[in-house]
Amino acid sequence: MAELLEMKNITKVYPNGIVANYKVDFSLKEGEIHAVVGENGAGKSTLMKILFGMHTPEEGEIFLREEKIDILSSSKAIEKGIGMVHQHFMLVPSLTVAENIVLGAEPKKSIFFDKEEAIRITEELSSKYNFKIDPRSLVKDIPVGLKQKVEILKALLRGAKILILDEPTAVLTPQETGELFKELRVLKDKGHTIIFISHKLKEVKALCDRLTVMRNGRNVGVHNVSDVTEEDISRLMVGRDVILTVEKGKPNPKETLLQVKNISQRNQFGQWMLNNASFSLKAGEILGVAGVEGNGQRELVELLTGLLPLTKGEITIKGNIINNYSIKEIRELKVSHIPSDRMTYGIAEKMSIENNLFTDKYDTEPYSKKGILNIKHIKKRSQEQVKEYKIKCNSPLQEVKMLSGGNIQKVVVAREFSSDPQLLIADQPTRGIDVGSTEFIRKKIVQLRDQDTGVLLISADLNEVMELSDRLIVLYNGEIVAYFNDVEKLTEEELGLYMLGLKKQDDELIRGAVHEK
Amino acid sequence: MDKFIEIIFSVSFGYAVLRVTTPLLFASMGALISDKAGVINIALEGIMLIAALTGVIVSAFTQSAFLGLMAAVLAGSLTGAAMAYASLNLKTDIILSGVAVNLIGAGGTVFALYLVAHDKGISSSLRSLVLPKVALPIISQIPVISDIFSGHNILTYVAILSVVLVYILVYKTPVGLQIRAVGENSHAADSVGVSVIKIKYTALILSGAFAGFAGAYMSMGYVSWFSKNMTVGRGFIALAAEAMGGGTPLGTTIACFVFGAAEALSNSLQSLRVPTEFVQMIPYVVTVVGLALYSSRKASQIKKHLRNRG
Amino acid sequence: MKSKRINFEWIRTTVVILIALIFTLILILLVSKEPANALKEFLIGPIDSMRHIGNVIELMIPLTFTGLAVSLMFSAEQFNLAAEGAFFAGAIGAAAIALTTDLPNIIHPIVAILGGGLIGSLITGIPGYLKVKWNASELVSSLMFNYIAFFMGIYVINNFFRDPNAGAMVSHKLPQSVLLMNLIPRTRIHLGLIIAVIFIFACYYFIYRTKWGYELRVTGQNSKFAEYSGINTLKVILFAQLLGGFVAGVGGATQLLGMYTRFSWQSLPNLGWDGIIVAILARNNPVYVPLAALFLAYLRIGADIMARMSDVQNEVVYLIQGIIIVLVVAERFLAKYRHKWVFKEAKSGISEAEGE
Repeated sequence: MAELLEMKNITKVYPNGIVANYKVDFSLKEGEIHAVVGENGAGKSTLMKILFGMHTPEEGEIFLREEKIDILSSSKAIEKGIGMVHQHFMLVPSLTVAENIVLGAEPKKSIFFDKEEAIRITEELSSKYNFKIDPRSLVKDIPVGLKQKVEILKALLRGAKILILDEPTAVLTPQETGELFKELRVLKDKGHTIIFISHKLKEVKALCDRLTVMRNGRNVGVHNVSDVTEEDISRLMVGRDVILTVEKGKPNPKETLLQVKNISQRNQFGQWMLNNASFSLKAGEILGVAGVEGNGQRELVELLTGLLPLTKGEITIKGNIINNYSIKEIRELKVSHIPSDRMTYGIAEKMSIENNLFTDKYDTEPYSKKGILNIKHIKKRSQEQVKEYKIKCNSPLQEVKMLSGGNIQKVVVAREFSSDPQLLIADQPTRGIDVGSTEFIRKKIVQLRDQDTGVLLISADLNEVMELSDRLIVLYNGEIVAYFNDVEKLTEEELGLYMLGLKKQDDELIRGAVHEK
Repeated sequence: MDKFIEIIFSVSFGYAVLRVTTPLLFASMGALISDKAGVINIALEGIMLIAALTGVIVSAFTQSAFLGLMAAVLAGSLTGAAMAYASLNLKTDIILSGVAVNLIGAGGTVFALYLVAHDKGISSSLRSLVLPKVALPIISQIPVISDIFSGHNILTYVAILSVVLVYILVYKTPVGLQIRAVGENSHAADSVGVSVIKIKYTALILSGAFAGFAGAYMSMGYVSWFSKNMTVGRGFIALAAEAMGGGTPLGTTIACFVFGAAEALSNSLQSLRVPTEFVQMIPYVVTVVGLALYSSRKASQIKKHLRNRG
Repeated sequence: MKSKRINFEWIRTTVVILIALIFTLILILLVSKEPANALKEFLIGPIDSMRHIGNVIELMIPLTFTGLAVSLMFSAEQFNLAAEGAFFAGAIGAAAIALTTDLPNIIHPIVAILGGGLIGSLITGIPGYLKVKWNASELVSSLMFNYIAFFMGIYVINNFFRDPNAGAMVSHKLPQSVLLMNLIPRTRIHLGLIIAVIFIFACYYFIYRTKWGYELRVTGQNSKFAEYSGINTLKVILFAQLLGGFVAGVGGATQLLGMYTRFSWQSLPNLGWDGIIVAILARNNPVYVPLAALFLAYLRIGADIMARMSDVQNEVVYLIQGIIIVLVVAERFLAKYRHKWVFKEAKSGISEAEGE
């Protein structure tokens, strides 16, 4: 079969210096369902956004039916017959399904919008592809699975022959996933070519013809799905290129700091993101929470830090049940938090480094006394911290947004680490930052542990959780599917199997995540 | 108290309500269109003043009330376009652009008034025209009803018609669909090739045009002259009416009539020895109370929604 | 780096002011039969006599108060536009207290001014409360409160404090004990100037030197981050608006007690709206507020003198203000130059850092 589409030698460097794609080749055969798999940050989405004209690569060329094309915008991509269904839907909630589908290409009856025609178009399209959908219902009233169908139909109406689906099943229930697969097969039979981005290997096995594995911004292999096992794929996905080792001694666990008992939480779509999770953490140890992103980590962190109110289960920190505690009350228990979304929750970008370094302790001595800020102390401390944490800047008065990603994260870390935390919740502490900063932050985490801080380390980075954790749990689909008491004996392949949901321990073993009294 | 009830149920009160609601209707339709496109237009007040003066000047010089009206609407549209330029091209905050237009409207009209009429308070030295009053065909034959609904300035009927037009524009035309899409999720609109900037320009220009009608009515219908700051907050009330009406043409219209009734009442009550200032305050208080009620209802709906989720 | 950025903002502001003045010049040339004279009066008038200089300073005082009030609210990202109403209500409150209490000399004005401040904080505080409680837009309700403050105030004066012997609708004469002392003979510059200076320092100190001010700044810059840090943002939002109204109210009270002997305003004085321009020009920083207030007062007095001495009307100043607001706030205006500036800075920053 001829190559329908070829991307050659694609390199993409983001303004903050991260190399998202490096000399990536990618090709599609007409009429196949082609999986692009890889961990978070492996460069899958970047590559697809380049194909859909949302990013321009620094290097590389794209050929469609052996003809070189330039895709400078999404409308250009649409024109070339490429459609994309984003993870975050591009829909208008208060409009009907039909209105969303024809938006931008509305049928008209004289000067009026022809609603009936829009409904007819939608019905015709959905029956052609065997989609069951009511064109008249409002998008805000329909479940996520249907919203996704609307997105797919939108792309099809605009003549998409190549359809990119970015982690389409991340928001779907198993039943909805099944239905989606049926529909995708219908599309394939009608001659469409589908790119399916995922890290759920079972789905890839069930649906796809070929797959491209991405790791660390590179294409590390193209295979026929029938030729490889799930284990093979997982090995390819999680294999480590560079191993950053952090020297660390044996842990010396003290009293129990954190106890999580049977907590559950739903997300805005009503899906259970956390399901009956229990574990505990002692002072002086690092408990790793491994897992591919979107498996309940975010909810776990938000519940622990008070950003989300807890409705089911119980969380105890230092003997206090914190279910109804405010963020401030939790912080007063000497809990620090490195948020995964640092630009939103970690800093105020237009304020100076100095002003970002004491947001969590501005109302305690010596930062302020009777409401008056101790400017001298604040200045002194900020200079010390800039030095100690090697924050590269001209002065502590510089705006945070002028710093590089790694240095911004160092500002967050400097603030959170310098308040003598007894419990540290580190959520993806080194994601997307340079190697130097990464190594530095990891060392600091170990240092804190040695000073008897209990660390909960949430990370999708295998290297990180394996190197740093003393004990480790794995989250998959909101459940703890594995617990390891001794991380040193664990291999990355085995961990990968749990993270990708291919294996699950017995309940007895998992129960080990809770310290015995 | 009897007197109070007598006022409310009098025919002239009904007539007065329609008369004072007219500018609110126009301006609130302007507020609605820009709000639907996701831009808040707090400059309605200033645009009304600019349009009111333009109407007076042009009608005085051309001796055509119709040309005066057209000029007023044009002035409103152009001001809307200027705001769009400032907020979309120069990236000035839309609220502060609105504050600027209000300042220019308040001061600029007095400045211009002095240039043409040599008076800083009122335009009575200009021989400006008013738009005609219209007796409605069949309705003018029916007693009582006729006294309330017939014989209004032509713009009163245009205002009522414009509610229908806005409804059709927003809910029944392709442009309206795009306006709503842009206001709710501009990324979605952008991703299917709808020009967000073009739609916002359209909305602000239309918004300005409606404020232009409102202004023209003030100086060429409600009264027959322009006077300094003659809109006294009607542009802001229109904004509140739109918020209280939940952003729908019907809800907004109802809210406008509530405010209109409050204002008409305040005008009538002045004859009753109720302290005038107290009465004049009614529309504004009603607005705040209405807005608070509306928001609290919305807030509790959101809470309920969240609870069902948990 | 930060200092150089501020330099750039200075340049930008200066360019904007120049553009506005050039616009004024063109306007004057267009409408005036004696443009040279008009322009001279406009530009030189405010400093051509002690009395005129006095006028500028007298106007600068209330503008400083409202500028500070708006700066406080804008710092917390609250678009509360009721400083106008709060200023008016502050004067009403001060008049009411002045006429109903009998206190010794120094105490009397202090009580009246503080009372005015509290009334002012009510006017901005209610929209703030509605926002915090039900998420009602503070913008719309604060606009309504300007009118409510106005009519309520006129009602109070008319029904309780009106002097029936005076021809116009004015209050009784305020007692001598409450009036603010004149500072400089041959002008009407009053003790309010000192109070304004105290408030400038107090506001600066509050915003940059206290933990509450810090909470306010962090909330204004990134409210999600503030929440994450443990700051009670709802409290901050309400507090910022109460405080803004208080300062505006004090401004109104000071203006009444310093400049008048009776309450005689028949309309909203517009000084609250001017506070918005002052705050924008001063970038919400209290230290720059008096400068911005001085500038605006100069423009206003210049325009007034021009209106008296020539054939150009003083409302020209509103047009200038409108232009200044739009251009100063416009992110894209001169953005190309700023970008170049920042880029150069960033580059030198990197090389410096690498040199470490």
